[in-house]
Amino acid sequence: MSVSRSAPTLTHLDELEAEAIHIFREVAAELERPVLLFSGGKDSIVLLRLAEKAFRPGRFPFPVMHVDTGHNFPEVIEFRDRRVAELGERLIVASVQESIDKGRVVEETGPRASRNRLQTTTLLDAIAEHGFDAAIGGARRDEERSRAKERIFSFRDEFGQWNPRAQRPELWSLYNARVRRGEHVRVFPISNWTELDVWQYVARERLELPSIYFAHEREVFRRDGMLYAVSPYVQRMEGEEPFVASVRFRTVGDMTCTGGVLSEARTIEEVVAEIAATRVTERGETRADDRFSEAAMEDRKRVGYF
Amino acid sequence: MSVISEQAQSTELLRLVTCGSVDDGKSTLIGRLLYDTKQIFVDQLAHIEEASRRRGHDYVDLALLTDGLRAEREQGITIDVAYRSFVTPRRRFQLADAPGHVQYTRNMVTGASTADLGVVLVDARQGVVEQTRRHAYILRILRVPHVVVAVNKMDLVDWSRERFDEIARDLERLGLPDLRVIPISALHGDNVVDGSEAMPWYAGPTLLEHLETVEIALDRDLDARRFPVQWVIRPMSDAYHDYRGYAGQVAGGVWSAGDEVVVLPAGLRTRVEAVETADGPLEAATPPLSVTIRLADDLDVARGDMLADPASPPVVARELEARICWMSDRPLEPRARLAVKHTTRTVRAIVDELVSVVDVHTLDDQPSPERLGLNDIGVARLRLAEPLCVDPYEENRATGAFILLDEATNETVGAGMVLVGTA
Repeated sequence: MSVSRSAPTLTHLDELEAEAIHIFREVAAELERPVLLFSGGKDSIVLLRLAEKAFRPGRFPFPVMHVDTGHNFPEVIEFRDRRVAELGERLIVASVQESIDKGRVVEETGPRASRNRLQTTTLLDAIAEHGFDAAIGGARRDEERSRAKERIFSFRDEFGQWNPRAQRPELWSLYNARVRRGEHVRVFPISNWTELDVWQYVARERLELPSIYFAHEREVFRRDGMLYAVSPYVQRMEGEEPFVASVRFRTVGDMTCTGGVLSEARTIEEVVAEIAATRVTERGETRADDRFSEAAMEDRKRVGYF
Repeated sequence: MSVISEQAQSTELLRLVTCGSVDDGKSTLIGRLLYDTKQIFVDQLAHIEEASRRRGHDYVDLALLTDGLRAEREQGITIDVAYRSFVTPRRRFQLADAPGHVQYTRNMVTGASTADLGVVLVDARQGVVEQTRRHAYILRILRVPHVVVAVNKMDLVDWSRERFDEIARDLERLGLPDLRVIPISALHGDNVVDGSEAMPWYAGPTLLEHLETVEIALDRDLDARRFPVQWVIRPMSDAYHDYRGYAGQVAGGVWSAGDEVVVLPAGLRTRVEAVETADGPLEAATPPLSVTIRLADDLDVARGDMLADPASPPVVARELEARICWMSDRPLEPRARLAVKHTTRTVRAIVDELVSVVDVHTLDDQPSPERLGLNDIGVARLRLAEPLCVDPYEENRATGAFILLDEATNETVGAGMVLVGTA
């Protein structure tokens, strides 16, 4: 037999993919009730593909859950339902509107009202209701400074809190997945990926994305240097005149806090080229929720935000 | 295909760990590396310009780029390992930034555990000091295959070639693998990304050139085949009625269909029917690929078992002599009961004996310590409730490594590297 014993060169995408698949299988094997969080964004679309790679031809050993603010881009909701149906996996929708109706949270009012912060309560309630002990998400270390210090298996206490001073050391690819009843871990299989890696992977795997990621004509208005989509969920202030522009979105959050960028990139290749040349971080450019203070993300994460 | 996709087809990933303290200019070096490779976005730069002004600096403090947590910014120190990425046209880099203070040994061990390469900072005025030896020691025991020592602050020793040569000679005695010594000034940028006009006597590569070209493909453990079974894929669907695939990450060797296999610890023999992924069959799989292996015979194989080359199997061990880095405030004492997580298998263990502890100042072994305290590195003998399939860490970084868990608190309390496994 003459099987070649020379080692093929692996690309960075091969290595990052292998690491992510390993993490997926480790959560599935070590935790009793994991759940995969899905937002319809590109990172969670990559997660779905990685879950296929980890478990096919078997089924996913966990359901897929979307925390729905009720203020999502309709294109994203349509995409979510279609994609999960294609995969034949189970979808749970945790609704912020329900949390409001039940009085668990109070809706913000005014032109800057957003349901972004309310999601935390809905997420933690859903985790408790279903008894999930692991929530798998698509957060990446390159998104924001406090994320750079977060573990891949990130422990949360009974209150859903993250304590950055008392994190478990994480060595080699040996993850400590132990939790007590009521506690859970957040698991981030693509922690070590960058925005560019994600796009290169989307291109390599030919993954379909919601249409809002590509340049399209849309009615927008300018606020704080960002372009917001005109929608029934955002109240415009005086002087915020709507106009039509060719835009695309770099992240898919709630319509109340996600801004678009002027762009002509209509294909994956064109988007990748634009990102490679870009000079502003994706959260800095298009996420109002990170702009409140220097430590905005760290504060939200401490109380249980993703 | 565009240029960018082609680049994605060929860019290797290099994982590096940086060791040193604020005083060595480590944060400045990382900031410089990111800044000169144009990885810093305008909003990040605006952010640290503002933060620098608020602190009363009259310069942009590149070190602020790496301070992640509020407590770190308030105290002006780095507490925890930070992971960040940067990319050049030649390579994709994953950088673990480990704080360098004495009390943070555990962070450096953590950062070094996955590193292909270690960057050690030395202050040209101080030369090789105790901390340098400690960093070199940790890189050596964690088996980081390549080491670069950046002799920083060359501007403060008048760019002196004699001073540099003297330090380089001292470094050679530290026994570091594939050592490269580079004179730099992180503050001024000399030999970090761009070359140095102030040091025409230095003909070697800049730090970045070296990081981009150091050969890492052969560092993978390709000798003995090792495959810890992580997850069993059994669809039991109509289309895959009898399908049984063993999923996991290759920990050693090159795996192909037809290879002879021993399933450990049971010792059953069979052959590889196929090596595949969700995308189809593979001709060969090497570390660190995550794949699925199907076996020729219908055997009882579960998570925690190890598939291996029957010609050179790992030791099925009931006792381990191992180097331990202790990471808990509560000291490790003889008779302690712990859980050992090794590859995909977790077993209970009792500490039979503490053999030695390393003196952090002299790096000499002190025999028979009464305990190992936080950040101590020592050797212990562990007795296992059930067997583990181990190799010496010296031979395989995946099957020679384990973590120690406290079953009462669920904390990760230590890291271990197998010296000897016995049946």
